[in-house]
Amino acid sequence: MESQLLRFTTAGSVDNGKSTLIGRLLYDSKSIFEDQLKSVEEISRRTAGGDLNLALFTDGLRDEVEAGITIDVAYRYFATPHRKFIIADAPGHIEFTRNMVTAASTTDTILIIVDAKQGITEQTKRHTFIASLLNLSNVVVCVNKMDLVDWNEGVYKSILTDFYKLTSQLQLPNLQFIPISALKGDNVVNGSDQMNWYSGSTLISLLETLPLDSKLCNVPARFPIQLLLDAGDRKVVAGRVEGGLLFVGDEITASPSGSTGIIESINIDGIEILSASGRMSISIGLSREMDVQRGDILTHSSKLLRLSDKFDAMLCWLSDVDSSIETTYDLQLGTTNESASIQQIHHKIDVNSFKSYVDKKPLSMNDICKVEISLVKEIAFDAYSDNQATGSFILIDKRTNATVAAGMIL
Amino acid sequence: MSDSSLTFIDELESEAIYILREVSAKFKNPTIMFSGGKDSITLIHLAKKAFYPQKIPFTLLHVDTGHNFPEAICRRDSLVDELEVDLIVAKVQNTIDLGRVKEEQGENATRNSLQIRTLLDAIKDRDIDCAIGGARRDEEKSRAKERFFSHRNRNGEWDPKNQRPELWNLFNGAYHQGEHFRVFPISNWTELDIWQYIEREKIQLPSLYFAHEREVVKRNNSWIPFSDFIKLGADEKIERKKIRFRTLGDITITGGIESNADTVEEIVQEVAAMRQTERGNRIDDKRSETAMEDRKRLGYF
Repeated sequence: MESQLLRFTTAGSVDNGKSTLIGRLLYDSKSIFEDQLKSVEEISRRTAGGDLNLALFTDGLRDEVEAGITIDVAYRYFATPHRKFIIADAPGHIEFTRNMVTAASTTDTILIIVDAKQGITEQTKRHTFIASLLNLSNVVVCVNKMDLVDWNEGVYKSILTDFYKLTSQLQLPNLQFIPISALKGDNVVNGSDQMNWYSGSTLISLLETLPLDSKLCNVPARFPIQLLLDAGDRKVVAGRVEGGLLFVGDEITASPSGSTGIIESINIDGIEILSASGRMSISIGLSREMDVQRGDILTHSSKLLRLSDKFDAMLCWLSDVDSSIETTYDLQLGTTNESASIQQIHHKIDVNSFKSYVDKKPLSMNDICKVEISLVKEIAFDAYSDNQATGSFILIDKRTNATVAAGMIL
Repeated sequence: MSDSSLTFIDELESEAIYILREVSAKFKNPTIMFSGGKDSITLIHLAKKAFYPQKIPFTLLHVDTGHNFPEAICRRDSLVDELEVDLIVAKVQNTIDLGRVKEEQGENATRNSLQIRTLLDAIKDRDIDCAIGGARRDEEKSRAKERFFSHRNRNGEWDPKNQRPELWNLFNGAYHQGEHFRVFPISNWTELDIWQYIEREKIQLPSLYFAHEREVVKRNNSWIPFSDFIKLGADEKIERKKIRFRTLGDITITGGIESNADTVEEIVQEVAAMRQTERGNRIDDKRSETAMEDRKRLGYF
């Protein structure tokens, strides 16, 4: 069977060895090319006293080479015979929580790196909260730097206990733990001679076997229309199936327009197929009388979307310009754009204690809060927990065109 | 998000098609930057699929340094005929003749960085609001942070610190008058993915990608094809070698590798076992550790 793709993100604070772990994964899975290795060896000789600095494999731009920290989301690629991987690497620096939300939104697995010497920190709590907020399927806690605590099982166990306590109030579907040393390579790609008390798998074999997102098949079918294609006298729409299954002959409704009809054909590159499932980019031939446009979402007529000109949502503020009640934003949800405003801030959430508190001040960078969004017109949507693609949105500042917030509909 | 029913190559294809369709919906005058290389040929193949049965709703833009591989131009012209798309050729020579840039001098002179001006002039003159490129994040480290939708200011510059966050599959393509976007639909593909896709889809490539005998000159540890544009240094000599190219750029700076792989299947095998990065034979990247990043900030592809 051809291999499949797992996208994951990594979260850890500045000093707990995240870049070293990614470097280790790439290096030990033989994904580093000779010329890259040579250039990292050269820089290591100049700066790190000769030892190969694995973190340099992930350090990219000139600013971060100079500052010694990563500044943005960077993407890395590697493969094993079993799977292909895309790493969305989010920086660990405290100001950059928004980057973590950004990186995590494109994945459904997160590696949370905990320093065995420090145990659970505010950063760990923040990362765990974001994993839960974004509804990620797999959370892998890597207890790193086991070499610095003499490979002690007790230290590892007490971090596990603390983590379970911490997450008792959160929703984390698949939670896994691994004791590792990214620096020495233990339990990353190769096993460990130092921790015989651990009988679980290495990080790489866990990544090779984590369940891929199955949420997509077991949800109602959603097909946001991207384009109407010019197909002579036939009515053909292009888009990607965002969950569920569509069959030729199905009775469908376009929302919010309300137009109804039948799926007459499904095509990929001119080849007719009988059904289409999650994440496939296809085109659909519709009954000619259907009146649809970009922004409409096709669904089975028995499984309609919600329709409203307001909803509650969790919002993560991404911009260094604060929110304002008076501002009209452009809300983008799937292929829909509509003018919207933040009607009300219900409460904000302290990501370190997971507690909510009332604060009517405008939203500023890295704030996570529950808000009411109101729109100038009704749109069609789902709750984020039911369908990520039809339940997530961004807010765009119409003046600067900046993406200022990421939202998840409740 | 990964789906358990798609293979990785299906998923990458679907993602690229999704992005190409978003471009068509969001921009008024998009173009595909076409080099004749495998990545841009793959991009066009994906665009054909994305809009079938309609024609590709983009023009093709070729920034012509004048130092071309004839085989790449030949493939360009056959694609233009087959797809019935409009081809824009923006010539670096014209930019030089207009005095907008100065030709580099010396043995290692190339027109590579001069292309930036020619490209930006073409974008401005023709009101292009989106230039679609075949760049991939695995090619080079400054590209690892590139967005799918990459905003460029009025001067065409890229600011890596001021990029819009991209969440889920929501791409913000809003711009002010005079600004434009670069969009990279195959950002997430690796060199091996491209070759496996070329094999699966039976995509036709210029013969240069396949091993062939050629007159070459050894320069900076690469085999540079001998052409009218190459001035031989005192200790350089022309040799005959069986080589193939991993990337196609300006003929004066694109180095070949010694290889016997003359079918797509053999190249897939070779790339899978490869120990050097793809751009390792590009002299333009060897100028300094941050050579690519410096050019990107100025508006390079």
